[in-house]
Amino acid sequence: MTLPNGWEMVVGLEVHTELRTTTKMFCGCANAFGAAPNTHVCPVCLGLPGSLPVLNVRAVDLAMAIGVALHSRIGFSTFHRKNYFYPDMPKDFQISQYDLPINSGGYLALLDGSRISIERAHLEEDTGKTTHLGASGRIHGAERSLVDYNRSGVPLVEIVSGPDIRSSTQARLYASELRGILIATGASDGRMEEGSMRIDANVSVRKSGDPFGTRCEIKNLNSLRSLVRAIDFEALRQTELLDDGGVVRQETRHWDDAVGATSTMRVKEEAEDYRYFREPDLVDLDPDSAWQERIRTSLGPMPAERRGALLDRLHEPTSAQRDALEVVVDLSLDAYVAAALDAGLDGALAIARAANELAGDIEHLGNLTSEAFVTTLSLESSGALSATQAKTVLTELLANGGDPASIARAKGFEQLSSDSLGATVATLIDEHPDEWARYRDGDDKLAQFFIGQVMRLTSGQANGKAVIAELQSRR
Amino acid sequence: MKSAVEIVRDIKQGATTASAELERSLEAIHARNEELNVFVHVDETAARETAARIDERVVQGEDPGALAGVPIALKDNLCRIGVPTTAGSRILEGWKPPYSATVVDLLLAAGAVPVGTTNMDEFAMGSSTETSYYGPTRNPLDPSRVPGGSSGGSAAAVAAGMTPISLGSDTGGSIRQPAALCGIVGVKPTYGLVSRYGLIAFASSLDQIGPFATNVTDAALVLETIAGHDPRDSTSLPEPAPSLVSVIESGVAGKRVALVRELVDGADADVVDAVQRAADALREAGATIVELSIPECRLGLSAYYLIAPAEASSNLARYDGVRYGLRVDAEDVSAMNEATRTLGFGAEVKRRIMLGTYALSAGYYDAYYGQALKVRTQMIDAFRSAYREADVLLGATAPSVAFKFGEKMSNPLAMYLSDVFTIPTNLAGDAAISVPFGTGEAGLPIGVQLLGPGRSEAQLFAAGRVLELARESS
Amino acid sequence: MATPLRREDVAKVAKLARLSLSEEELDTFTEQLGQILEHANDIAALNLDDIVATAHPFGLINVVRDDILVPCLPVDDVLGMAPDAEDGRFAVPRIMGEAP
Repeated sequence: MTLPNGWEMVVGLEVHTELRTTTKMFCGCANAFGAAPNTHVCPVCLGLPGSLPVLNVRAVDLAMAIGVALHSRIGFSTFHRKNYFYPDMPKDFQISQYDLPINSGGYLALLDGSRISIERAHLEEDTGKTTHLGASGRIHGAERSLVDYNRSGVPLVEIVSGPDIRSSTQARLYASELRGILIATGASDGRMEEGSMRIDANVSVRKSGDPFGTRCEIKNLNSLRSLVRAIDFEALRQTELLDDGGVVRQETRHWDDAVGATSTMRVKEEAEDYRYFREPDLVDLDPDSAWQERIRTSLGPMPAERRGALLDRLHEPTSAQRDALEVVVDLSLDAYVAAALDAGLDGALAIARAANELAGDIEHLGNLTSEAFVTTLSLESSGALSATQAKTVLTELLANGGDPASIARAKGFEQLSSDSLGATVATLIDEHPDEWARYRDGDDKLAQFFIGQVMRLTSGQANGKAVIAELQSRR
Repeated sequence: MKSAVEIVRDIKQGATTASAELERSLEAIHARNEELNVFVHVDETAARETAARIDERVVQGEDPGALAGVPIALKDNLCRIGVPTTAGSRILEGWKPPYSATVVDLLLAAGAVPVGTTNMDEFAMGSSTETSYYGPTRNPLDPSRVPGGSSGGSAAAVAAGMTPISLGSDTGGSIRQPAALCGIVGVKPTYGLVSRYGLIAFASSLDQIGPFATNVTDAALVLETIAGHDPRDSTSLPEPAPSLVSVIESGVAGKRVALVRELVDGADADVVDAVQRAADALREAGATIVELSIPECRLGLSAYYLIAPAEASSNLARYDGVRYGLRVDAEDVSAMNEATRTLGFGAEVKRRIMLGTYALSAGYYDAYYGQALKVRTQMIDAFRSAYREADVLLGATAPSVAFKFGEKMSNPLAMYLSDVFTIPTNLAGDAAISVPFGTGEAGLPIGVQLLGPGRSEAQLFAAGRVLELARESS
Repeated sequence: MATPLRREDVAKVAKLARLSLSEEELDTFTEQLGQILEHANDIAALNLDDIVATAHPFGLINVVRDDILVPCLPVDDVLGMAPDAEDGRFAVPRIMGEAP
């Protein structure tokens, strides 16, 4: 979306990601989604009198891994208390990092070639979860609320970008690239729908070249789609307001996905005084170079590098193939594609099967070895299986595992004999003399027409390459 | 009353039983608890069961532990599973912790027999045990006077012969000052020596748990038992508990003891005199006595009354009526929080919460809290320099003997000044011990304070033992 | 040197700390807190620009624990403490606004 009248949007994103640790940030309770309420709590994460926090080393490792991936400076850091009352926060303060975060500075390179600066990526603890009782199920109008502290104390890293983003498209690219990095570092599962990655957007507008305008912070962005819609809505709201001679108030706004609009949640003048001070129950964190090096060397290549590695092996990739490659890397399917390329198979075919069939059943990847994937694609390439049959074999492999050849036999995927294929092709040529004439005169596109007709008559049992061979032999 | 060391020896030799010692303790409690209001909770059944188990172990020939069969009183801010723990506050009335403090586990493992929980100033905020929601505790030596505070109940329990030992917590003097006012030994260990896990927090960077006892050796024995690294407390020192009892007779020969001017200035004449006589006793035992000035001590009170309330304002935010303790119903959750806290906290707690909130709030942080943290740095440096000149520092514990009820309740600043000699040690994170030495006005006891650098407990107990012997021979 | 404590400062701080004060209490606390802060002006007035702040008495660093599960509290114990509970959760009266 382009803003009217020469306005430019300025966006910075704050991404909260839950870390994939076994236990919570400051106690040994399970960090797990979906358990019965208040079953993963102890004196520490319930904030009982006398309890004390002890930092989970894995949370530090993962925060540092994020820092490495974002080219941040990793160094001496401290924990602070952010004080405010809210029933989802058992101690009525949140342990967070303030002036000395574990990761400061850095950048994230986007697919469009731009580079977004990172201000900081710091550790903090998550809050519990409230449910609102009442007709709407929302906070407004609810008579009572219920609190589950299972999520309380789950480790988070908050990644704050610089105000470098200039469009909702770029915001989306940033969020999805960051998501890929979080998954690749093992820090997060990147599941926005489960709240393990949550985004707040700071949006302002200005005339190109002017200083930054007053910004609004938008909360409740639970998907990449909401992110794009909310940013566009908010930037447009601000430009219309300014064009009408109004002023933008600094405030926190709530995105309502159903309505497709942002609305005022809290004006900044009313902002809480958080009374940050050093958390006296925790000591400072000063990871030495050996610790940092251990994190650095344990990290595999990041998505951009992995995409690059596969792109280098593709012959003149189309933009559709580039898009598919993004999906492949995002979902960590690149090992399958690399194995297919290693076996001398067509990269375009491998990417297509990975980005469609494999991506479609990502939960069951454990059933599919890269050997089985390569064997299936080899059968397809050699003509032993049709495309449709190969897809069915992959689906079955994902569902139940097994051996591609046995599955093909069990499904009755025997290729049509060349005799019966020849007869079918001959019949079609008789039925479509015009098309046949054009094909014979050199219009290769018509081959697809005949393949389609053969597939229709044989319910997809034929192999496209065999059909072309038949056609060419009669040309 | 028998000492803890004697009880353990007699039990191990079969000369007495844990059950018999417990009954003696319960009798003493029955005799005077109503008058003195020392214990807020006594669980006789549980204590008898614990004592019976110790006796059973002795019969079976097992080692019953270093504190076998010794009755002990615990301050009401030490969590014990299933036992009402309130920190002297209405807001926690009836709350039973679902877990135990590390020190409680260590005491039980060593065979000690907890008989009950003792009264204290609300959330340890006070120097007289008058701010407790459960009423004031009276000084067993003169019931018209305060026992000191905040650990007044634990000090009174030992002074009244109800238990030979007890535990308190010391944030700005809350063990040493009541020990002085009740005429017993009280120890503020090095910060981090004893785990704070399960201690209901007042000011996290200053709080330490420590023992009360009738004599230095018993105090050392208790500290040996409860000290040592605890992985559940991030600020716990990494090393195991020090050996204290075995070196308690090491004396002070050849040691340099410095009488610190700022730790006696402003004290009553009888107190100053007692400190001087303590110096003489140490000299006679072979120590070199020097005089020293640590001017930074004068800033301690101000720094403390900004740092401790600031941390407390945050530590006490959790008492909001949502998860445990008192709730006062209201229309919405903020109003409920406010109604609960307004009813649940007493005036002194509110005063300190507001003071701390103010000190941390935008616009005042740098002038107050930020400055206080820098003064703390200066305090640490000043004591570090002092310990280059001396092995042990000597001063008064409290400016006067036990004062009368109500004397200081209307003037918070006057009450705060009761802690002026004890606060610097908490700010520095160092160790100090108060030992009774002489008497003053109305024959009431005076405590002298021995201070040492972090981890110097062995030396402090040895010096305390010298004063104890001097007192006995005089 | 900080300005003297005003009645409205105390009212604001009480609100931040979720305490409600009567008019009379407001007067008393303003006076008492004012005295304490006046005493604290001895340190507020110092020039300590070159001094580093100390938040911990000892400089321990990197105290961490391994990422290993420890048993949680039984849910009955947890909800048994609650002033009000419903459906396995802690119940509170209506919440007036979103978390900051």
